[in-house]
Amino acid sequence: MKAEEIKILLEENFPQKSFEVVENASPQGIVVPAESLVAVMDFLHTNNKLYFDMLSCITGLDNGPEAGNMEVIYNLYSVPNDIHLMIKVILQRDDLKVDSLVEIWKTADWQEREVYDMYGIHFNNHPDLRRILMPADWEGFPLRKDYEEQTYYRGMKVKY
Amino acid sequence: MGLLDQQLGQGGIIISKLEDLINWARLSSMWPMGFGTACCAIEFMSAQSTPYDLDRFGVIPRASPRQSDVMIVAGTVTFKMADRVRRLYEQMAEPRYVVSMGSCSNCGGPYWEHGYHVVKGVDRIIPVDVYVPGCPPRPEALIGGLIKLQDKIRSESIVAPKAVEKILAESEG
Repeated sequence: MKAEEIKILLEENFPQKSFEVVENASPQGIVVPAESLVAVMDFLHTNNKLYFDMLSCITGLDNGPEAGNMEVIYNLYSVPNDIHLMIKVILQRDDLKVDSLVEIWKTADWQEREVYDMYGIHFNNHPDLRRILMPADWEGFPLRKDYEEQTYYRGMKVKY
Repeated sequence: MGLLDQQLGQGGIIISKLEDLINWARLSSMWPMGFGTACCAIEFMSAQSTPYDLDRFGVIPRASPRQSDVMIVAGTVTFKMADRVRRLYEQMAEPRYVVSMGSCSNCGGPYWEHGYHVVKGVDRIIPVDVYVPGCPPRPEALIGGLIKLQDKIRSESIVAPKAVEKILAESEG
């Protein structure tokens, strides 16, 4: 099933929302409005034609302060139907909040923690949103485009 | 072993300086702590394997810092790990020695410029006796570093720390 067909399926079920297909990606993806992410994901998870039972990866992406937005990218896979799909959410840098998917896929727990750790994107309703890789008292989010290391961490100089 | 060969023939009595005896005992049983922080630990492990056989130098890894004499920092030290490394060092009984193995623990290695998470040299958190270069160093290089450390221990003095005396003499005039 192609992304275009999944988009039509989504438009039938969410008439008020607008979806956009990302052609230039592998697998092809669909941009979903942030406020309807959980409802859309739940539909993709439970619909018999799709049945995306696996959340393979969550990626954060910072487009930089000039562009003013960040993206969260979800890679889904349906084991019984053998379909790959990318779902993308675009967030503005002044409002980096998106709903958590832990209720649908348990694996989202640690993956969302990693995105939070590296980009500082807040996941609403996450059961345990802490840093996962960096120390708990680290300052800043390292994979942001405008990231500057702190000078000292617990008395140790950070720069070379 | 020249000393023993010559002396044992004469009734089993060995005459030596206490300092030499203690240094000889220390340099012949440098027990390292059995831990590694990254890929250098693989070379550290193979240095203990049969072809290289670190055991012939009396290097036997211990599972506790309280039984260890040498800390071989084998691999990348992250800021998250730094507190643990320092704590392990503090738990070791004196005299204690540190071998910094590999580029990462020497100076940050490939992470020196963009690695926000890596301590740029383990000597920023604990004092280092011997640096072993390489990425990772081959077991031969690690053995070379340990022989260097043996040389350092061999020249130690228990009675009067010569380096301190020298500094004091210079400052007095």
